[in-house]
Amino acid sequence: MSFMKRHETLERHSLLLTVGILVVVAIGGLVEIAPLFYLENTIEKVQGMRPYTPLELKGRNIYIREGCYTCHSQMVRPLRDEVERYGHYSLAAESMYDHPFQWGSKRTGPDLARVGNKYSDEWHLDHLIDPRSVVPDSIMPPYAFLVEKKLKFDGIEDDLKALRLAGVPYTDDMIANAKADLVVQASPNTDYDAEDALVARYEAIAERKGTLKISDYDRNPAEITEMDALIAYLQMTGTLVDFSTYEANDLNNRR
Amino acid sequence: MTDHKLEIDEVSGVETTGHTWDGIQELNNPLPRWWLYIFYASIVWAIVYMVFMPAIPALPGTGMTNTLGIRGHSDRALVAEDITQLNAQRAEGSAKLLTASLSEIETDMNLQQFALAMGESAFGDNCATCHGAGGRGAKGYPMLADDVWLWDGTLGGIETTLRHGIRHYEDPDTRNNAMPAFGRDGLLTSKEIDNLVQFVLVKSGREGDAAAAGRAAPIFAQQCTSCHGADAKGNRTLGAPNLTDQDWLFGGEPRDIQQTIYNARNAHMPAWQGRLDDATIKALAVYVHSLGGGEK
Repeated sequence: MSFMKRHETLERHSLLLTVGILVVVAIGGLVEIAPLFYLENTIEKVQGMRPYTPLELKGRNIYIREGCYTCHSQMVRPLRDEVERYGHYSLAAESMYDHPFQWGSKRTGPDLARVGNKYSDEWHLDHLIDPRSVVPDSIMPPYAFLVEKKLKFDGIEDDLKALRLAGVPYTDDMIANAKADLVVQASPNTDYDAEDALVARYEAIAERKGTLKISDYDRNPAEITEMDALIAYLQMTGTLVDFSTYEANDLNNRR
Repeated sequence: MTDHKLEIDEVSGVETTGHTWDGIQELNNPLPRWWLYIFYASIVWAIVYMVFMPAIPALPGTGMTNTLGIRGHSDRALVAEDITQLNAQRAEGSAKLLTASLSEIETDMNLQQFALAMGESAFGDNCATCHGAGGRGAKGYPMLADDVWLWDGTLGGIETTLRHGIRHYEDPDTRNNAMPAFGRDGLLTSKEIDNLVQFVLVKSGREGDAAAAGRAAPIFAQQCTSCHGADAKGNRTLGAPNLTDQDWLFGGEPRDIQQTIYNARNAHMPAWQGRLDDATIKALAVYVHSLGGGEK
């Protein structure tokens, strides 16, 4: 039992105790902090990831503002039933430009990590205005007011700049054209050159075609509303990564 | 410091810490042994766990994303295995289903059951969101549980729709047409549209202003017949609906019809090729085909 009594020595020598505390706290700190410096190792190498376009980013901010995350997670877990229902399990790479990420473990509604392109824009519009008009047993609250709220995007360049500081690879070009990009993504067939420029800018980083959708999401060409932004965001979730080139069996991609 | 003398509390016989506050002495009771041993055991368990299971993430220089542990456990490998197993269980039925014709499916009870079960579960998750449980549809979302088809109600036709979607522009083979927004784009005046609404009402066998319908007849002949046909019975190869029946995808009230002509509707259905595998798409086609009463 004498070993068990040794703590008395520690407790009665203040210098020894201080050193002991430092060692213990340092171990805790190392375990939590050190891996962050090698985070790149944990992010899978994938094709197709690109930063959010200004319109999608605005939509994402509305998603967060409205607290969608309190009922919807964005993380398909590596379990058979989840993969069967939602599609390929989520990768770390898919949320590498998320600040903050929208993972989560509480689902009152379904997971939204792969809801992009699963339903039509009209469906999202109907569903957000009145969820029960399309899903009779839904308990989701209506978000009809989004149709009426004009999207405010005066500070969109600053949003992009702030994210660039956090490591999202927005180029100067993207920041300079943020407002124009935002408008054109919700206004198809108005300015083809601007559309092409927007697609080129973001697909250069994605290194993949077809990751960008231009649509009048709220079916109201006269105005860009918060509904436009939110649906634009929802329609791109989980659609960026090209899973045909993703090596799921590569040892580096095993977790 | 080390020269402190052990003081023993007289009442409990327990050693004190030597601290006294207002005459109250602090006893130095040891931690309960059971607690202490569990604490030490959990430290040992952590080390054992680290050896056996993936533990340290992002270790630089190893070329690995994390230490694998001697058990080589991987959630992602397990789910891949589960999916492979699931596909193996379905493989026989799926392979048969993929090549089977409609009559083969209808005569082979096992195959039909397999397809319907697979189709029903996929429908519940992917399709019922818009088309409703059992395919009952809603305003703007076609009912699938009847024998009215906009595009093609045969098994192959339904499969094509599932694969490529409707107006899913990312897919070059998607089913596509575009009714013009006659009012919004200024092709017709509001008066002409109002007359057309009466024309459509009369055509579908309901009460309407016959005089207005008569005035709209030449406009219909000029603007609408190329898709909806001279008899207004629609044209399935173009996805143009029959205007003489009582089935209205976007509502049959005069106001709905006016909206349809003024703004056009042109709704979308996503393409499911790529998201769902071939066998699931075929199973869905069989299921939807059975809902709609089965067109040959």
